[in-house]
Amino acid sequence: MAKKLYKGNEAFAEAAIRAGCEGFFGYPITPSTEFLEYMAKRMPELGRAFVQAESEVAAINMVYGAACTGKRVMTASSSPGISLMMEGISYIAGTELPCVVINVMRGGPGLGNIAPSQGDYYQMVKGGGHGDYFPIALAPSTVQEAVDSIALAFDLAEKYRSIVHILVDGNLGQMMEPCEMPPMQPLRETPPDWAVSGAKGREKRILSSIYIDPPDEEVTNLRLLKRWMEIEASEVRYDELHTEDAEIAIIAFGTAGRVASTAVRQARAEGIKAGLFRPITLAPFPKKEIAALAKRTKRILVVEMNTGMMLDDVSRVIEGKVPIEFYGRLGGVTPLPDEIYDEIMRISHNIDAPAPENPRMEWVTRLEKILEGEN
Amino acid sequence: MKETSIIISGFGGQGTLFAGQLLTYAALDYDKVCTWIPSYGPEMRGGTAHCTVIISDEQIGSPLVRNPNAVIAMNLPSLNKYEPLIKTGGVLIANRSLMDRDADRADIITLNIPGNEMAEELGNSRITNMVMLGALLQLMPVLPMEVLKTALDHHMPERNRKYLPLNYQALETGAKFAAENLKEAV
Repeated sequence: MAKKLYKGNEAFAEAAIRAGCEGFFGYPITPSTEFLEYMAKRMPELGRAFVQAESEVAAINMVYGAACTGKRVMTASSSPGISLMMEGISYIAGTELPCVVINVMRGGPGLGNIAPSQGDYYQMVKGGGHGDYFPIALAPSTVQEAVDSIALAFDLAEKYRSIVHILVDGNLGQMMEPCEMPPMQPLRETPPDWAVSGAKGREKRILSSIYIDPPDEEVTNLRLLKRWMEIEASEVRYDELHTEDAEIAIIAFGTAGRVASTAVRQARAEGIKAGLFRPITLAPFPKKEIAALAKRTKRILVVEMNTGMMLDDVSRVIEGKVPIEFYGRLGGVTPLPDEIYDEIMRISHNIDAPAPENPRMEWVTRLEKILEGEN
Repeated sequence: MKETSIIISGFGGQGTLFAGQLLTYAALDYDKVCTWIPSYGPEMRGGTAHCTVIISDEQIGSPLVRNPNAVIAMNLPSLNKYEPLIKTGGVLIANRSLMDRDADRADIITLNIPGNEMAEELGNSRITNMVMLGALLQLMPVLPMEVLKTALDHHMPERNRKYLPLNYQALETGAKFAAENLKEAV
C-alpha cells in the first residue's frame, strides 16, 4: 500500500481501528484531541463503540467495563487527563484486563502547558496508579512506528492480560509524516476464556480487583510479578544507529531519540564515532542490551525532554562501569539537533576525562548557561 | 545528507500552515521523505502561526531545526525572528506589504515581495500565501511547480475548489515576480 501523509493523532486513531479496536472512550485535551475527533467520526461508521465521556475519570471506567467483555478497547489523552485516569488504570491492572492507553505528553506538572514533553516517564513507565503492578510501556519515535506499535500494543495487552501504555509527545501527535497503514484486521469472533460475555450455560465468572483477604491479594501480586518477569524476558524492543563502534553512545527515546539521530548522523559525517541506542520498550527496559553497550563504548549521553528520569534507569543498569552524561530540555521545550551535536562535540573533546560525579548536576550548570544565552 | 528545511511564519489566518502542508503533500507525491510540524497552541486569527517543513532524500530525524534553509516571513515579527537564523546561502521570502523595512541579509538570497498587494490585484488577499510559495519555489527549486499544482488540486478543501485557478495564478505570479526581481539567483 502506498504511503499517505497523516497527522500523527489521526494516524494513531486509524491504526487503532485497523488493529481491531471496538471501543474508544475518552475526553478531549490538547495535544491529543484529534485522536478523539477522528474516533468520533470513524467508529460509528464501522458500528463500533465511541463515547465522549463527561470526564477522564468516567472515560477510563468505561474502558474498564468494556475491557471486561474481552473486546479490544482503549483511550487516549494527554498528561493531566492521564493523571485523572490513574485510579481506573490501577483497577484495570488489579483486574488483569488488557487495554491500551495512549499518552500524548505535554509540559507539566499541573496544568503546565500544551507543548511536547517527556515528563510523564515515571508515571507511564513505572505505573502511576497505586498498588503492585507493572504496565508495558512503548515509546515510538515516528508516526509510522507509532502506527505499527498500536497493533503490537493490543497483541501484548491480550497476551499478558496487561495494560499497555504508549508514550508519544505533542510533536508526534501534531506533526504530519508519511506512513503506510496496516491492513484492516478482522475482529475477534469468540471472547477470551476469562471474559464476561453472558454466563448462559456455563459457570459464572467474576472480574474484580478486590481481594479482601490479604493472602489472596498476595497470591495475585505474585501472579502479576511472574507475568511481568516473563514480559521482561521476552518483550524487550529497541533500535540502534551506528552503535557497533560508537565511542559516544546516546540513549534517548521518542522525539528526543529522533532529534538525537540527526545529531549522530551529523557527527558521523565529520568522523566522530557517535551512535544512538533508542529503547522502544521503556518497560520492559532493555537492561541487558544497555549493559552490553556500556562494555563497548567510552561514554554514554542520555538525552530526554525531562529532568533525567530515564537517566536513573540507565545509571542503575550501568553501575558506574562507563561515564554517563545527561542533556535534557524541560517544561515543553524540544531540544534542537544542534544542542545535542554540541554535547557530542563537548564529550568528544573530553572523551578520556573522569566520569562526572553527578551527571544531572553538571547538566543543570550547562543548561543554565544555555538559558542565559537564549533569553 | 540532502535535507531542505523551510519555515513558513505569519499571523494566524494568513494560511502559513496550509502553505506548509501543501508543500509537504507535494513532496510526498514527488517521492521525497518529508515532515510537517506546526506551532500549535491557543492560537487564533491575529496570533502567530508557523510551521516547519523538511524535505529529504533520507529518513528525517528531527522535524525541527534551528537554522532553516528557507523562510517565508508573512509579517514583521516573523521577519525579525527568522531572518537572523537562515543558513548562509539560504532563501528568505519577505512579505514587504506588512513590513516597515526591507529584509537585507547579504549572505542569503532575499526577496522582498509585496505579497498582499499582488494577491489583492489578483482579486483576493487570502492567496498571499500562494504568491509567497510561488516565489519560494522559483528561488529554491526543491520541487517542480507542476507537482505543487497537482497537490493543490488534490488537497484543496471542497468548499474552496472554485478558487483553484486563482491559486494557480497566485503561484505563477509569485514565481514570475521572483524571476524578474532576482535574476541572478536562479
